[in-house]
Amino acid sequence: MKIIVNGSSREIGSGTTLLDLLRTFRDQNSLVVGELNGEVPSDENVALSEGDRVEIVTFVGGG
Amino acid sequence: MNQTPSTETPTAFHDEPLRIRERIFSSRLWIGSGKFSSPKILAAALGRSGAHLVTVAVRRADPTARGGDPAFLGIDPEKVFLLPNTSGARNAAEALRLARLGRALVGHAWVKLEVTPDPATLMPDPVETLLATELLVKEGFTVLPYMHADPVLALRLQDAGAATVMPLAAPIGTNRGLRTRDLIEMILAQARVPVIVDAGIGLPSHAAEAMEIGASAVLVNTAIATAGSPPDMAEAFRLAVLAGRAAYLSGPGRVLEQAEASSPLTGFLWEK
Repeated sequence: MKIIVNGSSREIGSGTTLLDLLRTFRDQNSLVVGELNGEVPSDENVALSEGDRVEIVTFVGGG
Repeated sequence: MNQTPSTETPTAFHDEPLRIRERIFSSRLWIGSGKFSSPKILAAALGRSGAHLVTVAVRRADPTARGGDPAFLGIDPEKVFLLPNTSGARNAAEALRLARLGRALVGHAWVKLEVTPDPATLMPDPVETLLATELLVKEGFTVLPYMHADPVLALRLQDAGAATVMPLAAPIGTNRGLRTRDLIEMILAQARVPVIVDAGIGLPSHAAEAMEIGASAVLVNTAIATAGSPPDMAEAFRLAVLAGRAAYLSGPGRVLEQAEASSPLTGFLWEK
């Protein structure tokens, strides 16, 4: 099924969770959090559905 | 008169640390972490600045590049308090999303609220900033809003529950100095929350000026990040903030229209 991650379309297997996606980022980014359809879920272990929009964010330098 | 001058520093001026809600900040210089050329230079500048609060931005992560790690950015989260901002937000709804993501990243609910819809001026939107402050306060956030130096808006933000107000000195990133001084003095005269001067401070003298008129702290980023030697400039700002604060606590001397001799006008050699 297709979801949107950080603005780009991505194919994922059914049963994939937000936590699974976050793990692929955590190899490089020690601190990332995810937003699912505009909300920050209280539990990252939430199954994703067709058409979900996910944002995975981190810190950058900023004023 | 044969005494050797003392080389000891005279008694340091007494200052209460800055308190905002439940947190105490022993430095009145806050640092923004953007635009530094390397994590090493940011780390050195932070060390020399003596700052205990550092702002960070929240952006999309790149799965192929390292980031997202305060230590990697050059920030030691054991030594400084990380304050996420909502930079890039164009309206209250976007600011709320960024604030919630920032809270999830840092594990506390303090946020520097920024809503700047116009990329040309980066002026904060007063209507959306007030709305976002009201909504974030309801959600339990400690909100530190970046704002234009508008005394009426400062009162409205205080009434909405803002923990501080953060009026701009000049447009973000311009290093132009305290162009809004008269307005910031009006804000200070009415403030019931700490006033942190943010944006546009370009030199230590600008920071000292803000502290001299009674600001509780200043937030500096571009002036240090774009200096020839950011660590040296960071230390210059540390000293300027201390100097300005000491001058404010001392109470400035009076200003006269006409000259007034500092030396006695009696006992001249040519007196009859």
